[in-house]
Amino acid sequence: MRDMTPDDLGGHSGEEHTLTYFDGFRRKVIVVDREVPFPEGKLIVSRTDPIGIITHANPIFVEMSGYSEQELIGEQHYILRHPDMPAPAFKDLWDTISKGIKWHGYVKNLRKDGAYYWVYATVVPNIRDGQIVGYTSVRRKPSRRKVEEMSALYKTLR
Amino acid sequence: MPHLLTISPDFNTKYLSGWFVFNTWLQKSLGEAIHLELFDDFESCRNAITADKIDLIYANPYDASLLLRDKGFAPVAHPQSRPDEAIIAVNASSPVGRIEDFKPGMRVSATKDPEVNMICRIMLEPADIGPNDIQIVQRDNYVLVAKDLMKQEADAGFILAETFNDLSPMIRDQLKVILKSQIHVIHHMLLVGPKLAGKAGQLQQLLCAMGQDDKGRAILRDIGVNAWDPSSREDAEFMIDLMDTLIV
Ligand SMILES: Cc1cc2nc3c(=O)[nH]c(=O)nc-3n(C[C@H](O)[C@H](O)[C@H](O)COP(=O)(O)O)c2cc1C
Repeated sequence: MRDMTPDDLGGHSGEEHTLTYFDGFRRKVIVVDREVPFPEGKLIVSRTDPIGIITHANPIFVEMSGYSEQELIGEQHYILRHPDMPAPAFKDLWDTISKGIKWHGYVKNLRKDGAYYWVYATVVPNIRDGQIVGYTSVRRKPSRRKVEEMSALYKTLR
Repeated sequence: MPHLLTISPDFNTKYLSGWFVFNTWLQKSLGEAIHLELFDDFESCRNAITADKIDLIYANPYDASLLLRDKGFAPVAHPQSRPDEAIIAVNASSPVGRIEDFKPGMRVSATKDPEVNMICRIMLEPADIGPNDIQIVQRDNYVLVAKDLMKQEADAGFILAETFNDLSPMIRDQLKVILKSQIHVIHHMLLVGPKLAGKAGQLQQLLCAMGQDDKGRAILRDIGVNAWDPSSREDAEFMIDLMDTLIV
């Protein structure tokens, strides 16, 4: 996974951040204040292996992320992490799903072009023969009221 | 004792005789005695599953988890390009033009189909309308739901997309679709129970070859299926995981 560059933003400038992920990997991301609306009536679906590497993405996932399918499969799901998302939200996610329990939450995601999209996400463990072999996440369109509420809350947690 | 085949109660009644013909074909092809039993509603169908009465089922995704994970059923096949999608519709003259125009307290006319109701409830979430914010008027079938909308006795209706397309143009013209789901990956599936597990492979081959001759194609047409595609265990597990993210 490479650093983002102004080219990813079509030459536009944005706010630069350096993110450090759970595995120590660091990456420069550039964000712009532009929201891409969640498509009506659709679901964004992806699956990962047990450590969060993307193994499957549906066409809406690919479209909303701004990446190509080849760029996504095999990468860590943190490729979508937005600097506005507080670390405790993801800690809660991993603490929950690694115990085999379903997790719900509101997530602001970063696109390849620096814009963002809000989702209401549900993650379930894929349990086969008693073992967690991966995770499935399905995102749906959140209400505006919830997005505003969560966005205010996340600011206090960062 | 013959084996018992059932079809998820949300099947379109226009295919009723088609399913009986399908069952005749099935018995001949498999060399097994099979009785087709239809249930009036989802609850009695579920009760029969729980009581281990069913050996073969064209199942609603809603029941897939119970059947595959708890009752030892195995996936066989699913219809090609026939995902389950749902529609939220209103009277053609309704001021509602998009989901966000709906208000809490709205009256919704719906059947008991748990899958369609689940998808439609999810489609209302962006308007901040939860399960407790709607008053459900329960109807036995989608034509009655459409009538409620036409008579303005409900503010919205939850309708299976396939059935909506089957409504007469005269009815459809009086309705307006606010949103149709495009989930693509949730669909019905034919499953076999433990007593017929040994026949699963043979059944899969027979079903998937049905589209190859005129007779098979005619039977398929009369149950509204283009062709059968094989379903693997992992396909089915994936769909159950997905349903699990959607069921509250
Ligand atoms: C199935 C699944 C889906 C996930 N989807 C997202 C996502 O859409 N956006 C996101 O930022 N993190 C997502 N995560 C969490 C990431 O794995 C990661 O924890 C997060 O981006 C924060 O990065 P960090 O853990 O390195 O701090 C997902 C995890 C799983 C298991």
